[in-house]
Amino acid sequence: MTATIKRILLGEQGLLVLFVLAFAVVSLTVPNFLTERNILGLLQSVVTIGIVACTMMFCLASRDFDLSVGSIVAFAGMVAVMVSNETGSIPLGLLAALLAGTLVGFVNGVVIAKLRINALITTLATMQIVRGLALIASDGRAVGINDPAFYSLALSRFFGVPTPVWIMAILFAIFAFVLNRTVFGRNTLAIGGNPEASRLAGVDVDWGRIGIFALQGLVCAVAGILLASRITSGQPNAATGLELSVISACVLGGVSLAGGRATMSGVIVGVLILGIAENVMNLLNIQAFYQYVVRGLILLFAVLLDTLRSRALGRR
Amino acid sequence: MAFLDFSGLSKSYPGVRALSDVGFSVPAGHVHGLMGENGAGKSTLIRILSGDTRADEGAIRIDGVEQRSSSARDAFDAGVVVVHQELQLVPDLSVAENLSLGRFPRRMGIVDFRALYAAVGRTLAEIGVDIDPRAKVASLSIGERQMVEIAKAVMIDARVIALDEPTSSLSSRESEILFRLIGRLREAGKIILYVSHRLDEIFRLCDGCTVLRDGQLAAHHPTMEGVTRETLVSEMVGREISDIWGWRPRQAGAVRLSVEGIAGTRVPEPQSFQARAGEILGFFGLVGAGRSELMRLVYGADPAAAGTVRIDGETLSPVTPRRAICAGLVLCPEDRKADGIVQGRSVAENIAISSRRHHSPMGLVRPSREAETADRFIASLRIRTPSRRQDIVNLSGGNQQKVILARWLSEPDVKVLIVDEPTRGIDVGAKAEIYEILYALAEKGIAVVVVSSELPEVIGICDRVLVMCERRIAAEFARGDLSEAALLAAALPDQATPRFAQKA
Repeated sequence: MTATIKRILLGEQGLLVLFVLAFAVVSLTVPNFLTERNILGLLQSVVTIGIVACTMMFCLASRDFDLSVGSIVAFAGMVAVMVSNETGSIPLGLLAALLAGTLVGFVNGVVIAKLRINALITTLATMQIVRGLALIASDGRAVGINDPAFYSLALSRFFGVPTPVWIMAILFAIFAFVLNRTVFGRNTLAIGGNPEASRLAGVDVDWGRIGIFALQGLVCAVAGILLASRITSGQPNAATGLELSVISACVLGGVSLAGGRATMSGVIVGVLILGIAENVMNLLNIQAFYQYVVRGLILLFAVLLDTLRSRALGRR
Repeated sequence: MAFLDFSGLSKSYPGVRALSDVGFSVPAGHVHGLMGENGAGKSTLIRILSGDTRADEGAIRIDGVEQRSSSARDAFDAGVVVVHQELQLVPDLSVAENLSLGRFPRRMGIVDFRALYAAVGRTLAEIGVDIDPRAKVASLSIGERQMVEIAKAVMIDARVIALDEPTSSLSSRESEILFRLIGRLREAGKIILYVSHRLDEIFRLCDGCTVLRDGQLAAHHPTMEGVTRETLVSEMVGREISDIWGWRPRQAGAVRLSVEGIAGTRVPEPQSFQARAGEILGFFGLVGAGRSELMRLVYGADPAAAGTVRIDGETLSPVTPRRAICAGLVLCPEDRKADGIVQGRSVAENIAISSRRHHSPMGLVRPSREAETADRFIASLRIRTPSRRQDIVNLSGGNQQKVILARWLSEPDVKVLIVDEPTRGIDVGAKAEIYEILYALAEKGIAVVVVSSELPEVIGICDRVLVMCERRIAAEFARGDLSEAALLAAALPDQATPRFAQKA
């Protein structure tokens, strides 16, 4: 009996099993949880984390790290709003934001891969630089959106589901495909598994890493645009601490910080677990201060599970 | 009279019976060889002995006292020390500190370094090891580090010392020192378990030996009387292998690889050589002679400061691994674990990593095609793995080497294959298979370059041999002129008259 439980929990799908169980328990016991309104609200609340987790997964899978995501999200949101307001053209604003995000990511990548500076330090630096730029550009104040068409972006719905949730779902599908079925995705995992062996096997490790960071910047910009649209303004202080939530979600989803191991399904589960925990605590009127404690405990538990699993696999 | 006794040891892992009912004993003052192919159960036996894992059944007794070690610490306290292939020393601490980690001599709570260095210096002198106790471990050669590990066993007055493939990364000179040290330990009445693939070492050192095969006791020889190489090899593989080299004459064709004046930080003087289609060119030298360093320059793994590399007359410049592969020059690296395999990825993935660029339209991989390729090589190279999805770290060394060969064989047009230490840490049966693969490649017109520190191997399989000494190509031998004495003489540095001076 205990052996069976152990096998299920430590198996490949252990987290998924736990997730389904937790979901069932919460649905049955927490009032108002399993309602269309609440579930859509829950999904909308994880859009930013979910979108950024797509590329953070690549970053971690290749043994890298990116702390600058929260700042890029805020910065890209600012750029989108300010350029739209200045030029009167929303497409131009969005394009500028996507370019800005990609550029920051690209710079991260070049510094890390070519100048060989530790990813933690590099992105810690760009995190502050980019946040600073967002504050300078706006003089520290929120910048309201002039054209209502911009914020209808987040308010619009397809088949009753908010557009941002669709975008998140589409990005999940795209990045699952990229990870599993493209040379880029397979190389990402190989680089994380053993960078030197990958290089000697002809993988262009440097450009692979630069590509991952640039993609991360681009995806952060998408998240930034949606966030700005939802809060109807560019906020220089938006998305602070996002990097830690996103990394938590990835680790919860079984992405190894040592690189080489990642699945999209795991990351989706990780994102949803974080979202559900927060949602349930709100529904149960638990004070926000306790939510930090619970989130920390969930993360510790997930990492513990992961360690036990690696140990079970490693002992051959 | 002290003795070490194994009885009825069994151990299963999911899907594998690693050891079944193995029993034998070794008296004090004996060096006992433990042999078997990879996966025969040697490592499992050693791991049980070292407390790293527990046997399902059976017992280990020392002097008739059953050992119930459940951790390395327990085994250590019981006087059992295992010197692993991967050494367990802290590189940034001194030799003396490493030797007494956790047992520092103290005065009023402060480490008494003077007493520490003196005590360690005495021990090192006693066992005839000439290493400064103050030296940092990081500054020692691999051979010296091994001596330090063994000294550790002496310091705690271990009764049983197990050495796992101790000479696999030692030069012949370092091996000699090790053998002398083992002789002293034997005289001191220690029980030494000596795990090795190298038959000549077994015959030279051991008083008796035990052969494991497929987790079972294949043979136990309390003495080496009447035991021959042939008996041991057939006991190990379970069949007769008359000639593991299986060399056959080949016809060398046009020059495929031409290296001119290549130099870099670790090969300071420009070196040149050529390799021809259909030939197996050997590179022999002592550890540190610069063979692997030279090959890494040729392949572009390290940047070259000067020189050109030509494949079929076409110049690669500057060489990078990517360019080399595209031109048909590939390398199986010396250190499989650090530079060869991609850990955590499947066998199929490790094979496809390079060649998939040819059949991934618009960067989209084709899993069915990669699976097919993997299955084809698993069958043709006889890679022993439960499936192509198996994580490569779970394969034995020989099978990992075959996966890396498969990685290059799946490239459409390999012209030059460099294999650095093709059979390091690989058992006899798999060795013969790897040689056969190399022969087949040479016969297909590929220029095969083999780097090896094993004299018999170089002599056994190569058509032509270049000997390196002190980071220079020092001599060339045709197959007819190959002999252990001649190669070794060319590989040994001439200390009285440095070669640099001669040239100038």
